[in-house]
Amino acid sequence: MGQTIAEKIIERHAAAGRISPGQIVEARPDRILLNDVSGPLAFQEFERMGATRVSDPEQVVLVQDHFAPAPSLGGATAMQAMRRFRDSQGIEHFFDVGQGGIEHTLLPEQGLVRPGDLIIGGDSHTCTYGAFDAFGTGMGSTDIAAALALGEIWLRVPKTQRFVFRGGRRPFVTGKDVILRVLREIGVDGANYQAMEFYGLGAFSMDERMAICNMVVEGGAKAGFVAPDEVTRRWASGRLGDAFTLVAADGDAQYLTTRTFDLDSFGPQVARPGSPGDVSDLTDVVGQRVDQVYIGNCANGTLTDLRQAAEVLRGRRVARRTRLIVVPATQEIYRAALQEGIIEDLISAGAAVSTPSCGACFGGHMGLLAEGEVAITTTNRNFRGRMGHPDAGIYLASAYVAAASAVAGAVCDPAEVLGERKR
Amino acid sequence: MSGAGTGRIQGKALLVGDNVDTDQIMPGRFLALSDEQELGRHVFDGYEERVRQGIGAGTILVAGQNFGCGSSREHAPIGLRGAGVQAIVAKGFARIFLRNAINLGIPVVVSAEAAALAHDGSQVEISLGEGIVSVDGKECPVEPFPQFLQDLLQAGGLRQYVRRRLAGR
Ligand code: SF4
Repeated sequence: MGQTIAEKIIERHAAAGRISPGQIVEARPDRILLNDVSGPLAFQEFERMGATRVSDPEQVVLVQDHFAPAPSLGGATAMQAMRRFRDSQGIEHFFDVGQGGIEHTLLPEQGLVRPGDLIIGGDSHTCTYGAFDAFGTGMGSTDIAAALALGEIWLRVPKTQRFVFRGGRRPFVTGKDVILRVLREIGVDGANYQAMEFYGLGAFSMDERMAICNMVVEGGAKAGFVAPDEVTRRWASGRLGDAFTLVAADGDAQYLTTRTFDLDSFGPQVARPGSPGDVSDLTDVVGQRVDQVYIGNCANGTLTDLRQAAEVLRGRRVARRTRLIVVPATQEIYRAALQEGIIEDLISAGAAVSTPSCGACFGGHMGLLAEGEVAITTTNRNFRGRMGHPDAGIYLASAYVAAASAVAGAVCDPAEVLGERKR
Repeated sequence: MSGAGTGRIQGKALLVGDNVDTDQIMPGRFLALSDEQELGRHVFDGYEERVRQGIGAGTILVAGQNFGCGSSREHAPIGLRGAGVQAIVAKGFARIFLRNAINLGIPVVVSAEAAALAHDGSQVEISLGEGIVSVDGKECPVEPFPQFLQDLLQAGGLRQYVRRRLAGR
């Protein structure tokens, strides 16, 4: 019997022989990721476990992004704990303010994610790496501490659901819309404990695939993969030379379910306040007033997103009663956007552009919402209170929709601003 | 054995709904904290006042589906413990939260039946050895965890497990 991508990758990292879904194995990850929120708790637990040295410093990646740059003494102390751990353990893969960016966009950019890799992270969106044909999954700080100490972690091999897309997409439909459409179908626990595989997305770039895999955890999934193809191969050769092997599912792999979607059957999608699974067509929420627009985050702060935003905002203005915050996900993306003139376009339109940071995405700093305010954002979570006051509303959408809404001051179809056309 | 820890636990039920995410349990602005008592003071900040008021020493939280979905922040289960929650009964748990709770030694049991029976103030008794949770005297079966997890729990949780492996090196 054949195997899914998740089964193959886990099998290659465990010493358990042939594995099957449901089985619990101990596996050796290629990377163990910690950020400035999960790191400090993990370091405490690492000590309590009686550990003194990390099993393999090469496995470890430390990223300062949630608090970066430190907004408070508490944040500064957390970031200091990260630097101290780097120093005491001799960690090479360390990214401080000004050197990196948001972890999940950063790791692949830095060549720290390869097809076939197993990556565990002290962050739920570690599943993003499925865009690159890698098994990424999030865990809490105690699990991460155990992995630091032992170099291994226990995992239950997940069953997999398959999602097949057919046909071509409509104008202004992006990776974000694809995953929102899927979440609309399966709900916020429709893939709990499972893996997801996506097929038929050949026309979607690696940036868009990141947006898709990033939000599989919003359906409860442990990991999600865009089936590797020529686009994956080109990306991998560009970043890694020939030091990689793609991992594809076998033709006779076993799936829990297969769901099929026609790409031309839906337009832009929007999640309504409270749940990333409460998704509707953009047309149903058009006209809703917005106080703040936020373009950024580990899913949709890529160069592709910034280009989409600039395309909408170039030569236009952010509405008078609305504010726009744009956060490039990494330093490299920020610089590329500068060179392309995107940053200039955004600032001229009235955007506040910030250094890479998780900031407002998790309600930490740099753009929280007040009581009764409404935002539309390209982030991945709109839980109650996520970006500040519990009685602020958050809509999730693509950069096209977010930028168009900034211009209109209300949720707006990008076709209204740019005219019906293209893709 | 079918839940986290051993022995019997008794307490009063406090109900929360389906899909309670970790942003609601522990909002992002408190993530620079790490002290259990301090985190306990901020648990469910902004959530229903009934829950804010009702939570305290000995509380058994009774939840719906997918409890603890969203962020992996361990600050959420640590804060629940800091606020006095001694066990959680749910129709279901989100994956990362379940791992975190087990790792912290917070007794968690899955029982859709018990979760449906309970209301605020119900007398809940969890008997981990027998795999039974009773609500106001009515006994409901607990869904067993896989053997590996039961062994891990018996070994005293992940911290002890790691200690032992490190000592064996
Ligand atoms: S950008 Fe938001 S979702 Fe992504 S890692 Fe940072 S806080 Fe988490």
